[in-house]
Amino acid sequence: MGGRYAVLARSTCDLVRVTEREKHRMFNSAGKRNVLPGFGLTMGYTLLYVSLIVIIPLSAVFFKTASLSWEGFVEAVGSARVLASYRLTFGIALFAALLNSVFGLLSAWVLVRYRLPGKRIVDALVDLPFALPTAVAGITLATLYAPSGWLGRFLTPFGIKVAYTPLGILVAMTFIGLPFVVRTVQPVLEELETELEEAASCLGASRLQTFTRVIFPVLLPPLLTGFALAFARAVGEYGSIIFIAGNMPMVSEITPLLIITKLEQFDYAGATAIASVMLAASFLILFVVNILQWWSRRYSEK
Amino acid sequence: MHLPGGPTRNTKKNPAELNLTEPAPVRWFLTAIALAFLALFLFVPLAAVFVQALEKGTEAYLAAIAEPDAFAAVRLTLIAAAVSVPLNLVFGVAASWAIAKFDFPGKSLLITLIDIPFSVSPVISGLIFVLLFGLQGWFGEWLSANSIKIVFAVPGIILATVFVTFPFVARELIPLMQSQGRDEEEAALVLGAGGLKSFLRVTLPNIKWGVLYGVILCNARAMGEFGAVSVVSGHIRGATNTIPLHVEILYNEYNFTAAFAVASLLALLALVTLAVKSLAEWKVRQQISAE
Repeated sequence: MGGRYAVLARSTCDLVRVTEREKHRMFNSAGKRNVLPGFGLTMGYTLLYVSLIVIIPLSAVFFKTASLSWEGFVEAVGSARVLASYRLTFGIALFAALLNSVFGLLSAWVLVRYRLPGKRIVDALVDLPFALPTAVAGITLATLYAPSGWLGRFLTPFGIKVAYTPLGILVAMTFIGLPFVVRTVQPVLEELETELEEAASCLGASRLQTFTRVIFPVLLPPLLTGFALAFARAVGEYGSIIFIAGNMPMVSEITPLLIITKLEQFDYAGATAIASVMLAASFLILFVVNILQWWSRRYSEK
Repeated sequence: MHLPGGPTRNTKKNPAELNLTEPAPVRWFLTAIALAFLALFLFVPLAAVFVQALEKGTEAYLAAIAEPDAFAAVRLTLIAAAVSVPLNLVFGVAASWAIAKFDFPGKSLLITLIDIPFSVSPVISGLIFVLLFGLQGWFGEWLSANSIKIVFAVPGIILATVFVTFPFVARELIPLMQSQGRDEEEAALVLGAGGLKSFLRVTLPNIKWGVLYGVILCNARAMGEFGAVSVVSGHIRGATNTIPLHVEILYNEYNFTAAFAVASLLALLALVTLAVKSLAEWKVRQQISAE
């Protein structure tokens, strides 16, 4: 497959197979140049595309915000309504990410370690929040948890209202963050050496001790990474949440919705100011995730 | 190596019977909780979409989909996807070639830049294009002087879609190509193939499953994007509404059956995406482990 050249190339590879590490050492010490062509073309196109699509549009946010005076900026991002939306969005996202961490770890454990009929299907469905458009998720969750919905009707007798309240926002944020923890923990769990558990058991550890002392520390870095990713996604999410949230200012208005409201009122500067705060938060989370991933790589390469 | 479900009695005196899994009651309990959680958040919503869509029968379902505004929404969604997926595919392949086959300073910064649309809120993704091309935007005056409409028109929707689906192909191909290394391409060069030929005959067959995986995810996001398109589109029925926006309009008009009928199209797309994703993932894993 792949024609003459591919077949010949592969057999030549087999003849001169060296490990990646040795090859790097070879190239670095000999100072050889990379002979593969196309660097200029691909790198140039990549940089052009990234600049046009990512860097220039994003910088528009910061330039627009910079045009505000300091007082104007503080007023735009610090008014009571905006602060309430920060508290709501970040607070509930934190809680949802915690929920996803606990149940995501549990789900990953069950999916990797236990036998289940139909496990492959369940495993594929874990990615549903990833693949399902947010608007569809939004209207579905809103309908399910409405007082007369399939799930809402069980809660109404207890006086628990989910739809159009912050509780509904929690449900939606948990839904969309669900795959992140499961998918970061699963590969690590799959590659875990059972020798470690066998050794711990031989040395007299109970199952619980083995889990808390031996297994969990290895799972902590991917768990934290998944938590941060789920948190970041929940904070920025719009479509899944606005249908089930009440969208009432000061009570159940998420920050992305506030940005859109300001845009519709042509308060571009205000919208941009709030957006820059959210962008700063996103970059911070991205930075933290990168650090966590670096940490977990170091941990697993011991 | 013991498989789960094996001996669970903890007789530490006998080294052959090790305590490698939880006692059966604990296993059942944990499984039940995990399945309950997954059922509540995954299975029930998925089922609800289709049940609600077919509540008034298949005739109403088909009528909702064939309605002119819905049809226009489907067309616009397909156009947006047809433009953004190939563009991002070309970019993804170019970027992963540059990143995976060459060493240069600033590589992690470039990878982080590529990941940015992934971590930015969809609303902000739409906002930035309004800032650039809206009436008060950087290019707003020039555009209205030449009566070119970008924001609140189809080009804006395409731009926003390109932005949010930008990283998908690159994110899949970069680790795949990095794990495949440079060996085969260099061998092809040694044997006399030119750059393009070695790319077409050696690299492409190796990454084809990763490309499929990235394209299918990119497409799912392109067709399903809501927040970014909502900001840019202007919500003009029949003209600047994509399928997700049309679903929102129908839902807000309390036309639930029609809303879910149109939404079920996207849900079907999601299921197809998941199926292809599983297949491609499996093949990619096979490939990586065979290296």
